[in-house]
Amino acid sequence: MKEQELRTLIDEVKTGRLSRRAFVQGMVGLGLTAPIAGMMLSASGVAMAAEGPISYKPPKGAGGALKLLLWQAPTLLNPHFAVGTKDQEACRLFYEPLAGWDPDGNLVPILATEIPSKENDGLTEDGLSVIWKLKKNVKWHDGVPFTADDVIFNWEYAKNPDTAAVSIGSYKDVKQVEKIDDHTVRMTFAQPTPFWANAFVASYGLIIPKHLFADYSGGKSREAPTNLKPVGTGPYLFVDFKPGDTVSGKRNPNYHQEGRPYFDTVEIKGGGDAVSAARAVLQTGEYDFAWNVQVEDEILQKLENGGQGKMSYDPGGGIEFILLNVTDPAQEVDGERASIKTKHPLLSDPAVREALNLLIDRGSVQKFIYGRAGIATGIFLNNPERFRSKNNKFEFNIDKANQILDSAGWKKGSSGIREKDGKQLKFTFQTSINAPRQKNQAIIKQACQKAGIELELKSVVASVFFSSDAANPDTYTHFYCDMEMYQTTMPQADPEFFMNQFTSAEVATKENKWQGRNITRWQNKEYDDVFRQAQHELDPVKRAAMFIRLNDLVCADHYILPEINRPKATAVKNGVVAHGSGWDNDLWQIANWYRES
Amino acid sequence: MGHYLLRRLLIALPSLLGISLILFVLLALAPGDPFGELASNPNIPPEVREALRVKFGMDDPILIRYFHWLVAMLHGDWGFSFASRIDVDQLILQRIPTTLYVIGTAQLLALIVALPVGVYAAMRPYSMFDQIASTVAFIGFSLPTFFTGLLLILIFSVNLGWLPFVYRADISASGWQWYWEYIKQAIMPIAVLGLFQAASYTRYVRSAVLDVIRLDYVTTARAKGIGERKVIIKHVVRNALIPVVTLVALQMPTVFGGAIVTEQIFRIPGIGSLLISAILANDTPVIMAVTFVFACLVVLFNLLADIIYGWLDPRISYS
Repeated sequence: MKEQELRTLIDEVKTGRLSRRAFVQGMVGLGLTAPIAGMMLSASGVAMAAEGPISYKPPKGAGGALKLLLWQAPTLLNPHFAVGTKDQEACRLFYEPLAGWDPDGNLVPILATEIPSKENDGLTEDGLSVIWKLKKNVKWHDGVPFTADDVIFNWEYAKNPDTAAVSIGSYKDVKQVEKIDDHTVRMTFAQPTPFWANAFVASYGLIIPKHLFADYSGGKSREAPTNLKPVGTGPYLFVDFKPGDTVSGKRNPNYHQEGRPYFDTVEIKGGGDAVSAARAVLQTGEYDFAWNVQVEDEILQKLENGGQGKMSYDPGGGIEFILLNVTDPAQEVDGERASIKTKHPLLSDPAVREALNLLIDRGSVQKFIYGRAGIATGIFLNNPERFRSKNNKFEFNIDKANQILDSAGWKKGSSGIREKDGKQLKFTFQTSINAPRQKNQAIIKQACQKAGIELELKSVVASVFFSSDAANPDTYTHFYCDMEMYQTTMPQADPEFFMNQFTSAEVATKENKWQGRNITRWQNKEYDDVFRQAQHELDPVKRAAMFIRLNDLVCADHYILPEINRPKATAVKNGVVAHGSGWDNDLWQIANWYRES
Repeated sequence: MGHYLLRRLLIALPSLLGISLILFVLLALAPGDPFGELASNPNIPPEVREALRVKFGMDDPILIRYFHWLVAMLHGDWGFSFASRIDVDQLILQRIPTTLYVIGTAQLLALIVALPVGVYAAMRPYSMFDQIASTVAFIGFSLPTFFTGLLLILIFSVNLGWLPFVYRADISASGWQWYWEYIKQAIMPIAVLGLFQAASYTRYVRSAVLDVIRLDYVTTARAKGIGERKVIIKHVVRNALIPVVTLVALQMPTVFGGAIVTEQIFRIPGIGSLLISAILANDTPVIMAVTFVFACLVVLFNLLADIIYGWLDPRISYS
């Protein structure tokens, strides 16, 4: 898809011939995030407003208790230290960002009065500064007013490496945050920054109070008493926190959004496992909401027959995909296997890669393993529908794979395994231990067998597979085998972070202790050039076209085989109105939750 | 006696040191790291992860790290959890009341069931009662707690809807309601753990009583015309219980250590679930502290069991 085609689509949204949602879904299918699609529209003069405002029609009377179940328990309540989403969700009860992402990738103001745009002079032409206007009636839970100083403090706090904040990535490239008046701040970047909605937005943008944290910036960050007893601007006041177990809060009577929140108390219970969490909501109704229910669909449907609740799916950017190794994992060069100085003896043949792509039965994987929680996806866009037939290249075809291998000279030997020049088509295929993944491996192995390719399946404990331990050869970044499969999440932020995982500079090697993010070790000069341009391209539409080009470059080479798009799965009790989003935390709109009478 | 105690304590010190060294080295050599979750998040640059590793001293040589840990431990500083960034001793103290309540009650339940059943079965060996008790006991300790736990949840929570299966440490109700809620949610875990323990205790009590009941002095007591009830309580059970008391004393560390599987199933915020979540998150300071406390308790209760034994059985003397 070229820039011109994108502009045509945007015009169609403007005139109303194409819905925002269809546009956003289409962009996601092209490998962009919904937020970037939203920003393309806003820069082209389509207002960044959700199709409908967030509904809030609670019945009269007391709200009672809201009980949330997270099968991984929150362990800390400082958003700048929140490693996993479990901690971020818990922080969302008490802390708020300036804005959050709705399911369609639009920014929705929370502590800001409006979203910065060129029309309201919030954004400048040069892409170097952003002006945020803050709400004036906001007070911290202890009664101190919320001002521009708090926003500035969060930037200073997070960007200081001594603070050891995990949000540092969102703040370190912001050159300056300055106060214009008590309720206006200007954020300046050193480089033109097309994607400015990262700092102060969504999960890493939650604002903590300056007056309680000012003495605990830098090296003393761990000692702040407020780390465990949050004082925020959010809809619930802090009551109690037991790390690794429960978080509880009560209604904030002075909340800045009129008439909210609905519930008198809120409780997050943590621990246990995903299946019993789903059971407590769907079957017994003990809880109102369960987060991240990654359970096989068959089990969920049985539980839903209990009649107490329903599953809810929010489309997001998470993708389960298969990587083929560009380098040779069997050969050791300077004490390093899979070194970029080598070439994979079998996978370097494009015919083999193309055949493998045809041997992944994405449809069955969706149908038999993931159900509603996984949408089979090929390489190109799946939505809007009218593009589907023309561009969709995802196909499961054993005969075609056989043909391709035959014509490339891979002949079946006596054992039924294809070979050429004495080399047999045998691969080791690894992934982390997780029931759906092992089933997925088996489906692929079966199909490969029919095409004369033998796969040896290997599964590694998740805590090892995903660790950054440089000494362990079984991590996914070492990639000491031929194929591997895992899920990568597209963060709410810009595709720049996402797409840099295929640049040459990011190749995982011994030199960078396998911290590089380019794990297939795929290198392409055009890709590197386009990526560099995209980093500083200010026109969001041109930039989007570049990212689509990047996506095409990677996928067309078949070293990366996307398989299943994973929406966020949550269980919600009947009657509870929860506003999820695939681009932000599940609790991003917790203030607007209510129970229908 | 004092001499003996001193000697035992002096032996305990080097063994605790040895245990701590082995634990520490094992944990350091084990794969995985606490910032693994950061690695798959593209929003966090690798430099940040590296900086965190350096800040938390994870790249120092193992022996130096062990030495730092030991010195801090001797000063009463247990380190802080990487996952929640608060002090480990606080984390453990928060978990102790729940663990003591659930596991302690389960042990009590086990004793309350096992003592009468075991004694009565031994009084009438191979009777109908004994056969039934033995069969039930065998079934009891061959069924793992994760199975009985799920079975109870299926019956009492899912089908009947009587009991909750998610344990909550802070219940908002007050007065009698509060007590009732507390008891209600603990019924299933206590039953699962207590009956499992009771099964093995029953077999143990039975064989201890059987050993004693055939001895000559019991026959003498009966010959003297003492009532059966008195013979059993005063002469048989008192002596038969000596080994049982030791067994119970040796079980005590488990009470503090929690029950990992059962706590996970019922979401009980006890020491066991703290340990398992720390292991899953590679939160070394917490794993280290919990396992080390556990080791100390084992050593301590072993000593205690020996001393109680000597006190109960006059034939054994430590001087």
